Amino acid sequence: MNMNRIAAVLKKEFLQMRRDRMTLALIFMIPLVQLILFGYAIQTEVKHIPTVVFDQSLSSSSRDMLASFSTSGYFDVTNSVNSFQAITEEIDSGKAQVGIVFPPDYNHNLEKGITAPVQVIVDASDNMVANQAIAIANSIGLIKSQQVLTQKMQLSGQPPYDIRVRPWYNPDGITAYYMVPAILGIVVTMTMVIITAVAIVRERERGTLEQLIVTPIKPLELMIGKILPYVVLGYLQITVALLVGVLLFKVPIRGSLLQLYLLTLFFITASLGLGLMISNLAKNQMQAFQMSFFVMLPSILLSGFMFPRLAMPKFIYYLSYTLPLTYYLDIIRGIVLKGIGYQYLMGQVTALLVFSIVMLTISTLKFQKKIA
Amino acid sequence: MEYAIKTLDLTKKFGDFTAVKSVNLAIKPGEICGFLGPNGAGKSTVMRMLCGILEPSSGSGEILGYDLVQESEAIKKRIGYMSQKFSLYDDLTVAENMEFYAGIYDIPYRQRRVRIQEMLELAQLSGQRRALTSDLSVGFKQRLALACAIISRPEILFLDEPTSGVSPTSRRAFFDIIHDLAQAGTTVIVSTHFMDEAERCHNIAFMLQGYLLAVDTPDRLKEKVIKGIMVRLQLPDPMYWLPRLSAQPWVLEASLHGLFIHVLLANEEAVERLYEITGHNPQRIVPNLEDVFISLAKQKN
Repeated sequence: MNMNRIAAVLKKEFLQMRRDRMTLALIFMIPLVQLILFGYAIQTEVKHIPTVVFDQSLSSSSRDMLASFSTSGYFDVTNSVNSFQAITEEIDSGKAQVGIVFPPDYNHNLEKGITAPVQVIVDASDNMVANQAIAIANSIGLIKSQQVLTQKMQLSGQPPYDIRVRPWYNPDGITAYYMVPAILGIVVTMTMVIITAVAIVRERERGTLEQLIVTPIKPLELMIGKILPYVVLGYLQITVALLVGVLLFKVPIRGSLLQLYLLTLFFITASLGLGLMISNLAKNQMQAFQMSFFVMLPSILLSGFMFPRLAMPKFIYYLSYTLPLTYYLDIIRGIVLKGIGYQYLMGQVTALLVFSIVMLTISTLKFQKKIA
Repeated sequence: MEYAIKTLDLTKKFGDFTAVKSVNLAIKPGEICGFLGPNGAGKSTVMRMLCGILEPSSGSGEILGYDLVQESEAIKKRIGYMSQKFSLYDDLTVAENMEFYAGIYDIPYRQRRVRIQEMLELAQLSGQRRALTSDLSVGFKQRLALACAIISRPEILFLDEPTSGVSPTSRRAFFDIIHDLAQAGTTVIVSTHFMDEAERCHNIAFMLQGYLLAVDTPDRLKEKVIKGIMVRLQLPDPMYWLPRLSAQPWVLEASLHGLFIHVLLANEEAVERLYEITGHNPQRIVPNLEDVFISLAKQKN
């Protein structure tokens, strides 16, 4: 290895980076815009679901039950109708996503001590909303039943069970706390993979690579020289993203910032390794882009960024272990939210390290100083 | 070391297609060897094999005493290469491109400034140091590519069609630089389509369909290949005359060169007969390299 040659490549990369203002601007704008956009937009908790009511009972008890629904904050009664037909129309047209129906004998049954059914119709074409509505409706039913039972039986003292839930690390369930660190991971892996993939393919396309391979430069020297500037860039991106997270979304950083930066290195190199791998396979920039997206989509969908990995079929669950983002989400959520240190994250770090070494080794071996 | 470049049955196959067939070359140090031939003749492929960036399918070669296949990295330290396609960084300045290659060839820091200045002067680019490469004209780009290729003072310089798309004045200037380099001891391998450039080479290697047809000095090639009397005719309708002349048994060869028809004749008697049928007085000429090439190509087929 010759340091002068690496230094020459480094300098060249920085010069080119500085001249390419558009890309440079994008590199900083992407985390900024995406964090602001998604940080605000992505909420997993659905509130204020538009709700239509068909109350055939028109009694104080039906109004009482309805009040429990609306005061929960999850259901907004937007309309009251007089037929099943009307409920169907409201839900079909999308004006309402939930319909609540009280039968005519609702009050009568309640007073006689017979179980009084309330029908809750949920538009399950949107899974997330439906799941939330179903869970909340069920728990309202349980709570109300318990109240009635207690009144009826004149029970005093303690209930037989008392489950006390304490949501650690994010007691208020603020989505941004959970999303912002993850978006940061997505943004970094996206730019790192695409930029490195394109950086080498571009040299091949422009013919500058052919000129390089007739020189005494070694593949490893070229790789290091090309990668290092992007590591720096990755760190700048992360810094911008963290600042936005802390200043705008008030995400608490409970763990050590130093550890976060140190462990992030493994994720950056893994992403760069992936980018280099793509650059070895792609013949032109278009292909490099396509391949990058081919890798990015599973990262976004399967890493646990969007959907919990526990819910995935076993095969996909194990497949998601091959994505660097899966491990980085553990690392960044662990350090930022849980405030844990590297001692709990060694497994993830090792996985990223192995991934990086494998990718970089294959890329360097595959990058032969030959053409065709 | 008697030869800077020596090859034995150098062959390159791409699948079923054989681009280069058993090429044997022996080029002495300080020589300018011109590769001449139409597109697809295998000139670039031979050059790339000699540079060690393309592995030969069979055959062997020695560059500066190093084995072509086994010691390609040692060769790369001692050669300069300028590819057909402009391949420097458009978004760097002239000086930045040169500094980059000075670094890649590991020229000691202290010598770099002087070396870059020297190469800029040699390539007549001193006034353009700070210009962005993308703003340069084709002729300037070509000279910058040359300056970068020779920054390490290579013993052999490979130039793959360095002057395509360059104005005639720039081409002449470019070849003047090449001659200076050869005079200083650099071996130069240059491929070209231009006959005037070929005339300025010490030796010419004619290639056609992957074969090396002949290697010799321009003058000797003319003597050896063209046996007969070469005359030139300017006829009112050359396209009408060309096939008719070619069909004559006493015409060895007839070919079109711009407005003129070049006719190769076996003897003085044939000159007379040519005058008789065309009514124009044939003018005797010294054959040029194009005639040599046409003649070689015909012999081959």
